[in-house]
Amino acid sequence: MASAVRLRSAVSLLGRFPALAGVDLDVAVGEILLIQGANGAGKTTLLRACAGLASFSAGEAEVLGHDLRQDRKAVRRRIGLLGHATFLYDDLTVSDNLMFSARSAGASAESAADAMARLGLDGRLRDVPTGRLSAGQRRRVAIAAVIARRADLWLLDEPHAGLDAAGRNLLDHLVREAAAGGATVLLASHELDRAAALATRTVVMAGGQVTGGLLATGDVRISDLAAPGGAGPSPRGGAQDGAPARKASNVA
Amino acid sequence: MWRDAALVAGKDLRIEARSRVGVNQVVPFALLVLIVFAFALDSDRNTLVAAGPGLFWVTVLFSGLLAIQRSFVIESDDDARDALRLSGLDGAGIFLGKAGAVAAQLALLEAVLTLGVIVLYGVQLQGPVMLLLTCVAATIGLAAAGTVYGIIAAGLRVRDTLLPLLVLPVLAPVLLAAARACEAALAGTPAEGWPWVRLLFVFATIYVTFGVVAFGPLLEEA
Repeated sequence: MASAVRLRSAVSLLGRFPALAGVDLDVAVGEILLIQGANGAGKTTLLRACAGLASFSAGEAEVLGHDLRQDRKAVRRRIGLLGHATFLYDDLTVSDNLMFSARSAGASAESAADAMARLGLDGRLRDVPTGRLSAGQRRRVAIAAVIARRADLWLLDEPHAGLDAAGRNLLDHLVREAAAGGATVLLASHELDRAAALATRTVVMAGGQVTGGLLATGDVRISDLAAPGGAGPSPRGGAQDGAPARKASNVA
Repeated sequence: MWRDAALVAGKDLRIEARSRVGVNQVVPFALLVLIVFAFALDSDRNTLVAAGPGLFWVTVLFSGLLAIQRSFVIESDDDARDALRLSGLDGAGIFLGKAGAVAAQLALLEAVLTLGVIVLYGVQLQGPVMLLLTCVAATIGLAAAGTVYGIIAAGLRVRDTLLPLLVLPVLAPVLLAAARACEAALAGTPAEGWPWVRLLFVFATIYVTFGVVAFGPLLEEA
């Protein structure tokens, strides 16, 4: 199957600090990959680097067929990034923000209207400046912006944060739908139960490297993949039955 | 590139129209500066008339700095600058859009200030063609150079105080040339003003070219 993301010994520096210290990773088109790891493991940098916002200084890095070491700008129009920040202009309305996001990515105004409708933003919120919205509502607008861009690669950093239960369910539905439609999703989250149920595969990061991976979702013992230095993620409920974890290489 | 420029300019102008920072803060600030100068020099009305062009462009320069800073403040809130990078918009298009939006605001400001110097200083307009060309060239130069230095300072924590230090020396030739050209136009001696107008167009051309070429890489590093 074709790779949406292919990294080999990929290094990304933040100043002189190697935030990614030799990452090997393959993500197939249509996959939903959960990236787990402790704070500072390199999850956010990995997502930003795949979006072309952080540079790779060594190794190989290919995203959606583009060599990011040669040109990290070419891929950006095909990326939808949901980060810790919402990337919204406070003085613009919900509609204006989504329209700008869609048109800047080369998508149509209809896709912005469609995204608004799907996130339930086409009612009274449509003409409200985003600076006046609650954190959860802003998060919804940010998700709508990803949809409006018609992105081929969704990079979601803690996507459930700030959303209410309905919003989380809606996000999960949209992610599954996007993957079914051929988009690839990389998801970094500390909400293990929900995110692992959504993902088709999980990898664990520690110290700027992918230290291990799990195949499909299900009752797997993620604690078996604890990072060196005790920085591994929390165990999931399914680990208590003693079933062995289904480990797999992070390189498909 | 032009489509991207129109998109960015439309976005910036829409933000300014919604936030009303220009109308509620920049324009009143500019008028206050004119009034302060009027108070300072009012004892000699002739001095005020003679110094009018210089005072006009000093006021445009200071007020323009606010507009330039504002143009990059809106990109720093909520990491919007990352969104601008991620948008995939052409760097030259972003530059032309942001500079165009700043230029549009400056043009509006100059229209208001022109009324101000007529009413407060008693300046009588002459040589409209030269005045218009001076305003066009100076506005483009101010907006282009300001946008280039705005993105250079944008990624720094000290950007608010650094930008005036960077921009004011660079824009000194615009201030000088625009004031001299306007003086010549108002004095009815256009022959003395045309070299200054040409200088303004050369300055504007240099900074527009530089911005088109360099803004993309500067945005990546900001």
